[in-house]
Amino acid sequence: MYQILKQIIKTGIKTETPPQTDEAMRHVEQRLQQEILDAFGGALAIRQVDAGSCNGCELEIHAVSNAYYNLEGLGIKFVASPRHADLLLVTGPVSRHMEIALKRTYDATPEPKLVVAIGDCACDGGIFGESYATCGKISNVIPVDVVVSGCPPTPIAILQGILTAISTKK
Amino acid sequence: MPIKHPNLKLSRLTDALPAWTGDIAPDDLYAICQQVRDGGGRLVALWGSDARLQCSGGDTLPAEPADCGSSRSAPPPAPERSAPPCRGRGFKLHVVLVNETGMVCLNVNLSAEQPMYPDISQIFPAANRMQRATYDLLGIYAQEGHDHRKWLRHGSWHSGSFPLRKDFDAAASRTEEPDDYAFVRVEGQGVHEIPVGPVHAGIIEPGHFRFSIIGERVLRLEERLGYVHKGIEKRFESLSLQEGAKLAGRVSGDSTVAYAWAYAMAAESIAGVTPPDRALWLRALLLERERIANHLGDLGYLGNDVALSFGLSQFWILKEQVLRNNATVFGHRYLMDKIVPGGVTVNLDVEGKRIIEQECDMLEQQVRLLRGIYDEHAGMQDRFIGTGRVEPKLAAQLGLCGLAGRASAQAWDARVQFACAPYDKLNVQMATYRNGDVAARVIVRFDELFESLRLQNEIMLNLVNEEDKPSLLDKLPGNGFGIGMVEGWRGEVLVAIHTDAEGNLARVHPHDPSWQNWPLLEHAVIDNIVPDFPLINKSFNLSYSGQDL
Repeated sequence: MYQILKQIIKTGIKTETPPQTDEAMRHVEQRLQQEILDAFGGALAIRQVDAGSCNGCELEIHAVSNAYYNLEGLGIKFVASPRHADLLLVTGPVSRHMEIALKRTYDATPEPKLVVAIGDCACDGGIFGESYATCGKISNVIPVDVVVSGCPPTPIAILQGILTAISTKK
Repeated sequence: MPIKHPNLKLSRLTDALPAWTGDIAPDDLYAICQQVRDGGGRLVALWGSDARLQCSGGDTLPAEPADCGSSRSAPPPAPERSAPPCRGRGFKLHVVLVNETGMVCLNVNLSAEQPMYPDISQIFPAANRMQRATYDLLGIYAQEGHDHRKWLRHGSWHSGSFPLRKDFDAAASRTEEPDDYAFVRVEGQGVHEIPVGPVHAGIIEPGHFRFSIIGERVLRLEERLGYVHKGIEKRFESLSLQEGAKLAGRVSGDSTVAYAWAYAMAAESIAGVTPPDRALWLRALLLERERIANHLGDLGYLGNDVALSFGLSQFWILKEQVLRNNATVFGHRYLMDKIVPGGVTVNLDVEGKRIIEQECDMLEQQVRLLRGIYDEHAGMQDRFIGTGRVEPKLAAQLGLCGLAGRASAQAWDARVQFACAPYDKLNVQMATYRNGDVAARVIVRFDELFESLRLQNEIMLNLVNEEDKPSLLDKLPGNGFGIGMVEGWRGEVLVAIHTDAEGNLARVHPHDPSWQNWPLLEHAVIDNIVPDFPLINKSFNLSYSGQDL
């Protein structure tokens, strides 16, 4: 226990300032009212869905929770069920084998809800494109509010995407 | 030469690896597999190719490498029933076997009308899912196989249509059937099922797990994968050599370096070129950095899974520093697209070397400290020791490989046994352990992490001379076949490339070690409690995308 406490103190606080929102990431105009966004901003619950990614985007989504980006420090957390979620963070291309599961996850998420598409494949199908096995971008399957490009997008970009989804144009 | 059989004429495949290839008839497959198994060998990969429309006859000479392409300039619109342009051509099955002396790729010629081969899953149980996947994608099947359930196909294309056939019609074969999959039912008083997934509770890839349990104890786990099947193999066939390298780097995002290198190695073996020394040293540096980053991440999550969130935050601080250094020095946090056929697209200058050296010293010191804390944390060790055990005997029987294999006394590491350059100059120390439990897989990760740090320093000592820019490959020769194999952080990653008469990618097969290891996870959880499943699963950390393709 002594070693653990000593290491925590020696490590100190690594958290960096969160990034600004980025209007360019918006896929559709903000649909939610300010009151709802304020509530989300205080305690946003995210359900992550891998709809067919190569796992690269998941690595960066994990990184968003590390001490540097400290997602939970912003009052945002990942939850285990879509029924507890306000926002879906979806990576893909949507494989045809995941199409139904993604739609059901979307339907299980209570309104009002937001969807952020993470990564080039989620934005436009990426290198996998559309084929016998994939539906391509996320918005081909469920409505999307914000898109974050990159292969994979950096944790900063992912944070920006999430923060943009719960903000309005200033 | 690794195997001898009267009907098998082997020819050397590449200089980079001790690899041979030879054509056989289906009738000889079983005996050869048995011979390899009896000699302590293993199955590495199994895939098929459609050679029905192939024309020019390169492989009439036994010494020529195998060829499985078909002319893309004349796409095959004809349905299967019409006579193929070249008589006597059919499908091919490719089976890669290894033993201590090297690897052999057997090319089994199958007829176009009845593409059948003997079931080898009795000899190599790992072949079961590979054979089923090969049927789903190509329609060639194992005779007398005991398990003919679909594997990669769910309900998105008709059962009678096969995506990897050259005459596959995507639009006509499209369907929306439900995925009826016959899980094995466990019956008895008090037995019930927990279905999990495909969407999991954590931030992980999708797959379905069916637990049959009694109380909290797991009686049986059955996996149903294939949810992230994206048609990667079909996609390769429409890409150029360079685009293919990008796709290979995205078969499994956490192993991008391993896949890109294996792909490049396969291409280089077809072209008969060897990249410059400096490029090979840089590739090894990137591969070890990928191993370090993944092991750090896993060690953090293994702490988290036993409720020591301190471990997660500490190890992820270290991982983040490695990723940031990757971005600074090489321009990408996960090193994607840095290895290309013919060489690498990165260099390491004096400043970059300094950053990595400093990072090595810091990691060495920090990981040692954290390992001490992990080792002495009674609550943690109590959860680790004895959990999710795979006995060495079972591991050998079922073909467990890679990191998980080494934790169950399966001493295979491609950097040691089949050391391609520059590993032949590095004297890699393999980490093995025999307990086969979560604790053993943690120990192997720690040991490999320290070894990779040592290797990084040694690699940088060898990165002395600035060399001319490597000449990157832009096209491959026609009717070529090559394989590349690299020991990624999870285990051996293999990529095979077949080119057609014009030198285009006719068939590319990436093989992930997860194919071998997923079935072992089913065994590892037997008799454990359900809440330990996430811990056991994480200790293997297998790829879904790499297996689903």
